[in-house]
Amino acid sequence: MPATTMSKAEREQGHARVFDLSEHSLRELNQALHKLTPGSNETAWEVLHPRGSHSVAVGVDQPVTIDVRGSVGYYCAGMNDGAAITVHGSAGPGVGENMMSGSIVIKGDASQYAGATGRGGLLVIEGNASSRCGISMKGIDIVVHGNIGHMSAFMAQSGNLVVLGDAGDALGDSIYEARLFVRGKVESLGADCIAKEMRPEHIELLQGLLDKAGVTGVKASEFKRYGSARKLYNFNIDNADAY
Amino acid sequence: MTYRNPPTTPRKSATFDDYTLSEIRRAAATGIYDIRGAGAKRKLPHFDDLLFLGASISRYPLEGYRERCDTSVVLGSRHAKKPIELKIPITIAGMSFGSLSGPAKEALGRGATLSGTSTTTGDGGMTEEERGHSKTLVYQYLPSRYGMNPRDLRRADAIEVVVGQGAKPGGGGMLLGQKISDRVAEMRTLPKGIDQRSASRHPDWTGPDDLEIKILELREITDWEKPIYVKVGGARPYYDTALAVKAGADVVVVDGMQGGTAATQEVFIENVGQPTLACIRPAVQALQDLGMHRKVQLIVSGGIRNGADVAKALALGVDAVSIGTAALVALGDNDPRWEADYNALGTTAGAYDDWHEGRDPAGITTQDPELMKRVDPVAAGRRLANYLKVMTLEAQTIARACGKNSLHNLEPEDLVALSIEAAAMAGVPLAGTNWIPGKNGF
Repeated sequence: MPATTMSKAEREQGHARVFDLSEHSLRELNQALHKLTPGSNETAWEVLHPRGSHSVAVGVDQPVTIDVRGSVGYYCAGMNDGAAITVHGSAGPGVGENMMSGSIVIKGDASQYAGATGRGGLLVIEGNASSRCGISMKGIDIVVHGNIGHMSAFMAQSGNLVVLGDAGDALGDSIYEARLFVRGKVESLGADCIAKEMRPEHIELLQGLLDKAGVTGVKASEFKRYGSARKLYNFNIDNADAY
Repeated sequence: MTYRNPPTTPRKSATFDDYTLSEIRRAAATGIYDIRGAGAKRKLPHFDDLLFLGASISRYPLEGYRERCDTSVVLGSRHAKKPIELKIPITIAGMSFGSLSGPAKEALGRGATLSGTSTTTGDGGMTEEERGHSKTLVYQYLPSRYGMNPRDLRRADAIEVVVGQGAKPGGGGMLLGQKISDRVAEMRTLPKGIDQRSASRHPDWTGPDDLEIKILELREITDWEKPIYVKVGGARPYYDTALAVKAGADVVVVDGMQGGTAATQEVFIENVGQPTLACIRPAVQALQDLGMHRKVQLIVSGGIRNGADVAKALALGVDAVSIGTAALVALGDNDPRWEADYNALGTTAGAYDDWHEGRDPAGITTQDPELMKRVDPVAAGRRLANYLKVMTLEAQTIARACGKNSLHNLEPEDLVALSIEAAAMAGVPLAGTNWIPGKNGF
């Protein structure tokens, strides 16, 4: 499996502010992160013993790095706006939901709804993602090194979903303008989602995303592109069977 | 002179009435179901079927214009660091920018603020107009998440997780392409001119256990400051209320089937969900069974029109009510002054409900720059404030007559019902009897 680069916090180890969730509460962690102001010196954070906690590092709105040492529960890094968050473990449902900007890297696997409704930034999942990855995505870029589950990119509005492995059933059902790139096999496409031509601009876009996500040894030309047939954009009774 | 047999009067079917026949013809001609705005139009058991008893020998009244009758209410004291305090127990329900014009949203904010109450965003995100003109603004967290962002979440005074609405419990939304202006499209991250479907389920949680975790996330993002409401359509009010409380809600909002919508199938509006009157007692019962009545506040909406409706809802155990359709009427919706325009659309003032088409003569449910000029946000906001004032005075009048120095002291024992149905739903005796259908085994 291709590796991602070492996070900034890892490089600066020793200077990070360490927050141990076995000693302090989740609320203390999130409030400390929310108190950060532009120009703060506390730019590197390390969270120990997350032990599957929900809502770890949610609503962060400063460009800090946060390394979470272990697996997390639901909604880790939810609504992230500018932080670079790395989970050195797996993530539960809704990781990075509604992300605005910044980046999130999951070293392990991610559960359902990864990157749901995300508006910006980059979500990298180095393992597999479960069902509904990128559901209702609104501008986020998601790169999954492994496979994704069924109903991924459901009603995806905007942004890019890149899958190095396979995609499950009903990929891109009722998709709007998001772009889906899958390197492996797609179990089936959802309503109004079709395979599309990979034009040079798509290769360029995809290569940029792969580079940003630190993916090496994989060529953009190995992927197929999927997107909206745009047949369901305006209600037409003759399309009723598609719904 | 020839004798003719007396003819019978032409007789129309009660089952196949004129409306039904017209709908069959419309469906046959178009092949598509009818979509419209507003809530259930059929006759339903409602607050009109309840009466207050007033004072008598055993209860003495308060002096009408002299003795104080409190109307304030605090919402969200269960968990939120900053609960909301409203001067009146009548709030403005969620209605989206997109569905409504910018000036209409501004007018709702102005009217609510003048009256010391809150207004609510809708399925389209928060606009500067409404944030700027609303002292207290509730930010809806909807399945579509259109326009959702952490900045607005923190700028809100409360967050309302919308699970359903009374006009369409279990239904999503649809904003037709003709209402998608550049601004609406940008807020919703979608191309201009296409139909925008709002999902019926939240994208990242299902069921009460997930909802509890979702509420935790919203609290963590907002540092436990904001009250969190959970809004449900009038489907299973007892269980929905209990589950919302279990999930950690500060406030539960129950919206009955008379509650409006911007655009939903007629068949859905009229055939799914329960009337507002039928939702109240089960919701109150759930709170009482959990020992949470008055700790978690209950807001009820759907067909609230005047101070009597407010007083009756509060007497049944509700903490506040919410209005949508009535607020739009106060702004100028369906005003007969635009009758010629309504006629040109094949309808008449009072019946216009094609809010989704964006051609509203009153300039409220439209994104047409010319039509929306018909709403002066200052004057319309003033009308809404006047109307809220009247409703409040009416409710106080009734409460004083029942001997109550606070609207919240009204109680079911102040009420009787005019019909067996209303008596059963509201859990109050049929007028002239001590019979509450369903109580004590019969």
